[in-house]
Amino acid sequence: MEILIAAILTIITAATPLLFAALGEMVTEKSGVLNLGVEGMMVMGAVIGFIVVNATGSATLAVIASMLAGAIMAALFAVLVLLFHASQVPTGLALTIFGIGLSALVGQSMIGVAYDGIPKISIPLLASIPIIGDILFHQDALVYLSIIMVFAVMWFMNKTRAGLVVRAVGDSHDAAHALGYSVNKIRFLAILFGGAMSGIGGAYLSLAYSPLWVEEMTAGRGWIALALVVFASWRVSRVLLGAYLFGGITILQLHAQALGIGIPSQIMSMLPYLATILVLLIISRDRSKIKLNAPASLGKPFHVSR
Amino acid sequence: MLPRLIKRQAPSRAMVYLTPVLALLLTLISSIFLFWIMGVSPLAALHAFFIEPISSLYGITELAVKATPLILIGVALSLGFRAGVWNIGAEGQLILGGIFGGATALFFYEKTGFYIIPLILIMGVLGGMLWSGIVAFLKTRFNANEILTSLMLSYVAGLLLNLMVHGPLRDPDGMNFPESRLFSDSAILPILYEGTRLHLGAMIALLAVGIGWIILSRTLLGYQIKVMGDAPAAGEYAGFSQSKIIWITLLISGGVAGLAGAIEVSGPIGQLLPTISPGYGFTAIIVAYIGRLHPLGVLFAALLLALTYLGGETAQMKLSLPVAVTGVFQGLLLFFLLASDVLIQYRIRFGKQVVMT
Amino acid sequence: MTQSSPYLLELTGMCKAFPGVIAADEVDLKIRAGEVHALLGENGAGKSTLVKMIYGILEPDDGEIRFNGKVVTIKSPAHARELGIAMVFQHFSLFDSLTVVENISLGMDSGSDLKALAAQITDVSQRYGLPLDPHRHVYTLSVGERQRIEIIRCLLQNPKLLIMDEPTSVLTPQEVQKLFVTLKRLSQEGLAILYISHKLDEIKALCHDATILRLGKKIATVSVENETTASLAAMMMGEELKAFTHADKVNNGAVRLEARNLNVKATDPLGISLKKINLEVHAGEVVGIAGVAGNGQDELLTALNGENISQIADSILIAAMPVGKLGPNQRRKLGLASVPEKRLGHGAMPDMSLVENAFLTAYERLGFIKNGLINFRKTKAYAKNVIDDYAVKTPSSDVPAMSLSGGNLQKFIIGRELKQNPGILIVSQPTWGVDAGAAQTIREAIRAMAANGAAVLVISQDLDELMEITDRIGAICGGELSKFYPVDNITIEKIGLLMAGVTDAEDMDKKSAA
Repeated sequence: MEILIAAILTIITAATPLLFAALGEMVTEKSGVLNLGVEGMMVMGAVIGFIVVNATGSATLAVIASMLAGAIMAALFAVLVLLFHASQVPTGLALTIFGIGLSALVGQSMIGVAYDGIPKISIPLLASIPIIGDILFHQDALVYLSIIMVFAVMWFMNKTRAGLVVRAVGDSHDAAHALGYSVNKIRFLAILFGGAMSGIGGAYLSLAYSPLWVEEMTAGRGWIALALVVFASWRVSRVLLGAYLFGGITILQLHAQALGIGIPSQIMSMLPYLATILVLLIISRDRSKIKLNAPASLGKPFHVSR
Repeated sequence: MLPRLIKRQAPSRAMVYLTPVLALLLTLISSIFLFWIMGVSPLAALHAFFIEPISSLYGITELAVKATPLILIGVALSLGFRAGVWNIGAEGQLILGGIFGGATALFFYEKTGFYIIPLILIMGVLGGMLWSGIVAFLKTRFNANEILTSLMLSYVAGLLLNLMVHGPLRDPDGMNFPESRLFSDSAILPILYEGTRLHLGAMIALLAVGIGWIILSRTLLGYQIKVMGDAPAAGEYAGFSQSKIIWITLLISGGVAGLAGAIEVSGPIGQLLPTISPGYGFTAIIVAYIGRLHPLGVLFAALLLALTYLGGETAQMKLSLPVAVTGVFQGLLLFFLLASDVLIQYRIRFGKQVVMT
Repeated sequence: MTQSSPYLLELTGMCKAFPGVIAADEVDLKIRAGEVHALLGENGAGKSTLVKMIYGILEPDDGEIRFNGKVVTIKSPAHARELGIAMVFQHFSLFDSLTVVENISLGMDSGSDLKALAAQITDVSQRYGLPLDPHRHVYTLSVGERQRIEIIRCLLQNPKLLIMDEPTSVLTPQEVQKLFVTLKRLSQEGLAILYISHKLDEIKALCHDATILRLGKKIATVSVENETTASLAAMMMGEELKAFTHADKVNNGAVRLEARNLNVKATDPLGISLKKINLEVHAGEVVGIAGVAGNGQDELLTALNGENISQIADSILIAAMPVGKLGPNQRRKLGLASVPEKRLGHGAMPDMSLVENAFLTAYERLGFIKNGLINFRKTKAYAKNVIDDYAVKTPSSDVPAMSLSGGNLQKFIIGRELKQNPGILIVSQPTWGVDAGAAQTIREAIRAMAANGAAVLVISQDLDELMEITDRIGAICGGELSKFYPVDNITIEKIGLLMAGVTDAEDMDKKSAA
């Protein structure tokens, strides 16, 4: 039983950074923009969050700082893509390369520094429920926030006019422009949101998941988040499912050794990446489904034609 | 009074050659600022970065050594990128080539013969092709996005190399260090110039530039690649097979990356280690772009970016600058290039627009 | 018809210039409430520019606009809507993945109560005979239904003036009649309608007055019932309409292109599947296929030219040889050439030069590859030939295809195919968006091909064009082909029925009697 609870807790902590990043990228993509820089934004969030928490002792400030870091990185991307008409794929790659490099530079002094991790919050009464209480109601603030964000994004996209406009822009930027909507402004905001969320996702890694800083500590999670958005067919509920499925794969990796399975650790570490490939090919092979669910203007450059 | 962007009648050919230069200038200016913030004399830093590494003959040969894998992979990637096939996992394909080539070298450890080196290189190509072939298969058969699959495989490749040097390929006399034996002499690439590390691989790289140029500009394959990148439906109309081009470009870029990996392990490194590349596969992406996806441009861009690697090492030694500055520099260069490219399609005009709203 | 005396909209001396062209030159226009006023003119006459100024998209260089007696400056479409001016564009601004009510809500200036809006939509749609279900997703709707969304969106804002830009180019003749019933009803209720078109029959049927534009100038304002289509055409074109002589068909050659029971499943979830296609094109004849866009025309072309290979070898035959499983280049070797509907992106590569574009379909037939390498000199010579023979306006053959105007690019593409002397030619929408002069060149070239013995298939939305240049004509609807009839024995009305899916001759006679 103890092992089961430990396993479920691992799933939650492994899923949370993916959930943040994938939610953010999904909103960006819903507006029609493909931002491949998630890895770069996440790793910047991780390093900035770690620096701030060590400098100020406040986890809250650290989270806010990581959001800002992610958003600023995203803004760089937005300026290039929206204002300078740069192609989205190489610009996203540039953001990743730049983010990884910058975070390594900025985090030089943080290597080896220790941190206890952000405290868990117990919800009174509910946390005393045996078993479930420990799992569901005794988590750190960011886990709760990630679940709140799932519902917030779902409500925003499907029940508000602003969400409808975002979906419209992602469906056809030409039609949206013809109707008088500012395509670039809406996309800019969607991109910033994606950046902020990626920043928090990265911060979760350095503040809670494995509280320390190591170069490139995101280890490809940003790319996995991108794959998750495809897997989820751009639907919020499926993003949640996907993130937790991946969390599940991670426990195989961490707990298999504890359970005495004799597979080399490197192979276990390969599991998340191999699983991502598997998930991609299962979802992508249904081309009609992709066509129906993917925002029609995703990745296409927007040129104002007079 | 913000400057406005007005679309040009036709893309400016002058700008195609000028924007990389502009991007370099802007990067230099930013790095002066960066060094200043870091409390290092900008002049000293720039000198350490750009001038010092190539101020000796040995330095120039080191430049060629570092540029070799960048040229090879850059040329190969630019073919695929032109077709719209985004192979981002060249790093992983390089690693597989290194594993295959290194394993071959270790297999023939006790033997000597002229056949060993060609065999190592061929195995390297096969290893890279195997890895990129998986990506091609997944894309053509399952419509899986090649950016994500090639990247995932990159991470897997790194772990695979780690596994190999900790296990099957580890030096039995090596005191349990995760390294392979040092390769025997007949498995090491011949040195072209006494006293330096300049090896045969550099010649192969130059050959690749020539071959790449011919393919791209004069063959039907090159034409098909360009058509697919510009208008895939026109390619269908002309009877070109998209999946054939995907396979060919991925196998070429994977094979060449694998070749580069085999060259690295049987050249400058001389054995298998947990890390056999400081990110050449990723830097080659930047090289391909700065080089305008053209083999000759790639050659120059590779030299420039190889210089940043050397410069980073020099700056670390002389000024204690962290090596991570290299990564920032490379990222900035790509950013500025992408921004400057706007000038190819658009003109900048200041002041209020005279025509209508 | 009763008309109230003050004019609702009065334009005086409207002027607008762009670099190189005067789009509006002192144009006057007057419309009363309840009037249906036609704005008539050829492509490029200045109709779009004029209405864009009324709708606030363009700022006039000079001139005065009076609305309801007051001088106004219309600053933006939102402002125009505030004044009571609504516009239905030729190209719809709709979002495929969203529902009808969501689409209309986005096009209106306020309100997010979708339930109330859905009720309003149902109400208006029933009242004016424009049936529409508010909760359907747009991608499931036909073109005619999509236009209803645009119209209802306008009507919900209670406009006083409704501008319609070429509304019937995407409708079958029967849908056109239904639209006219709606428009007449609206005009009786006091709505003024500014109806842009170049289709003279429709203007005679629908409009009270007409203003004719040519090259930016107002030629005349007339009362439609006092004019004939011929007199309107004369004012529009400014010259005698050249009578198009129908070359005598070369006497029935052998069947060169045939489709037998061809079935093609749609590859796209939003595409059309072709069902039981049976088609014969003889050497020396021009066969026409009419149809509203989106009924399988592109699918038919790609099935015939080999881009979409069939599973069954003898579903398509060239000179009685089964070619269903062959690809485009193999069919080219057998003499087939095709011109797709979409120019940039399908028939030509936008960023590549005209020389490179010339290579695209001609390299095997004309031998542009030697020893594995491309012979650019030969290719360039060919490109120059095409440019010269078809009067393609371009500074050189090295410019990218996208720098050419639509008409010139189409001339280039058609020239590239025709100069390869194919035995079979398939063309889709040959003169769509092309100016009158170039269109004439293209049509004559197509007829000349047939006169020289080629088998020609023309797929087009333009019924007048088809009547002009084809020998036999049929229609495609929902991926199915109708029977084909000699063009001398058929009327536009009958083709309209075929376009709407009536394939049985008996049914057809019954319907035309009804």
